[in-house]
Amino acid sequence: MPDVVPLLRSAPAHELAARLRQEDRLALSRMISAVEAGRSDARRELRHLFALGGKAHVVGITGPPGSGKSTLTTALAKAYRARGETVGVVAVDPSSPFTGGAILGDRIRMMELHDDPGVFVRSMATRGLTGGLARSTMDVVALLDAFGKDVIVVETVGVGQDEVEIARTADSTIVVGVPGLGDHIQSIKAGVLEIADILVVNKADLPGAQQVVNDLRAMLSLGATRTPGWTPPIQETVATTARGIPELVKQIDAHVQFLKDSGSWRARRAENARRQVLGILEDHVRSAFERTIRSETWEARFRNIAARTEDPYAVADELLREVALGDDNE
Amino acid sequence: MTAAAPAEIRRVLIAKPGLDGHDRGAKVIARALRDAGFEVVYTGIRQTPEMIAEAALQEDVDAIGLSILSGAHMTLFPRIVEELRKRGLDDVVVWAGGIIPAADAAKLREMGITAVFGPGSPTTETIAFLRAGGGRSA
Ligand SMILES: Nc1nc2c(ncn2[C@@H]2O[C@H](COP(=O)(O)OP(=O)(O)O)[C@@H](O)[C@H]2O)c(=O)[nH]1
Ligand SMILES: [Mg+2]
Repeated sequence: MPDVVPLLRSAPAHELAARLRQEDRLALSRMISAVEAGRSDARRELRHLFALGGKAHVVGITGPPGSGKSTLTTALAKAYRARGETVGVVAVDPSSPFTGGAILGDRIRMMELHDDPGVFVRSMATRGLTGGLARSTMDVVALLDAFGKDVIVVETVGVGQDEVEIARTADSTIVVGVPGLGDHIQSIKAGVLEIADILVVNKADLPGAQQVVNDLRAMLSLGATRTPGWTPPIQETVATTARGIPELVKQIDAHVQFLKDSGSWRARRAENARRQVLGILEDHVRSAFERTIRSETWEARFRNIAARTEDPYAVADELLREVALGDDNE
Repeated sequence: MTAAAPAEIRRVLIAKPGLDGHDRGAKVIARALRDAGFEVVYTGIRQTPEMIAEAALQEDVDAIGLSILSGAHMTLFPRIVEELRKRGLDDVVVWAGGIIPAADAAKLREMGITAVFGPGSPTTETIAFLRAGGGRSA
């Protein structure tokens, strides 16, 4: 590896972006941090970088903790690399709502990818943002896309509402179930099933896998599927030995082909974009309001509400009139 | 917000270089740091200097804690520092914890390992060190 010019994290975002375009991995990494931290100069650069993207195929993987999502991600990444495609991975883990701290442990299962420069793995903590997580995940996906990754895999923990949100940022969503989680009907939640484009029963080497497959098939026959004309296939895998991975890759390919042939590709991306724009708007509006209410005048009003001398509806209306909704240009 | 990044340490990598298979100490510090509000990337045991530097690059951590018991620190640590430099990661704080003789600790500091914590040192010391910026100026 040739020696590189150091790039301090204090570097301005335009420098990070310029180097990111030249496939500088350190610049990519530091740009991700800058965007995640909400740096306004990074956000401006992100707008330009967005235009470079749109080519990557985004695969979302969700499922309960321990179901083998990271191992599966690694196996998929290797399969794509064998076809000559470059891969980006975003692995999301929850932050503690109390301390803000997090242990990001997905890389443990991904170490065999470490010496392949064609793979870039980034762990992300949810940073206590309900709903907002999908936004920052999409920002990181946009950066990996602009960097030129062919496939981007997003791994998320299968709990909570964020789950469904994140699945909606992907072109193809894989929902992972496993045998042996006790009540097998609960091994995949019904709500999560509805976002699945492909169902994976991982740990197919363990007893009970067939039962999970049967249960899923029964659930699929009852519920409405996500996209008319596409019935989610159910694939058994053993992520640790890559059994079923070539078949899974074929199913993802088939899903992409289906989306393109049926015109759903554009429709789905437009739908994701609508959600993204609303989300960005929500961030802007919320931060505008939060800036405004950080004053003694408003604090006094909140105390009034607590004392029931005022009501929250009238105060909200007044706040709405007071806040001018413009560009978030600080 | 300006382009200048704060010297604040938020993301850290806890790495276990060398061949010894125990990572109890590393896990203890990882959990303590999480509870103190840090985002801790944990990569498991038997990490080579290349693996550690690569993880630091992709994860853009502000600091790396090296946990070691095997006695191989004098050969491994300089190689880790070297791998970081090669990747342009000159501004990442590196500290070490584990069984490291005092004479070695002094040499390691010269090589760029900012602090060395012995096996008996409480995790609060490490936390205080990181909260103070890990000896790094902005
Ligand atoms: N038996 C078996 N174990 C697996 C399989 N896939 C993953 N595992 C193991 O399951 C555990 C959790 O895997 P991980 O990928 O971290 O799950 P995640 O929490 O969903 O990301 C690890 O010990 C893996 O080695 C599989 O197909 N069969
Ligand atoms: Mg995982």
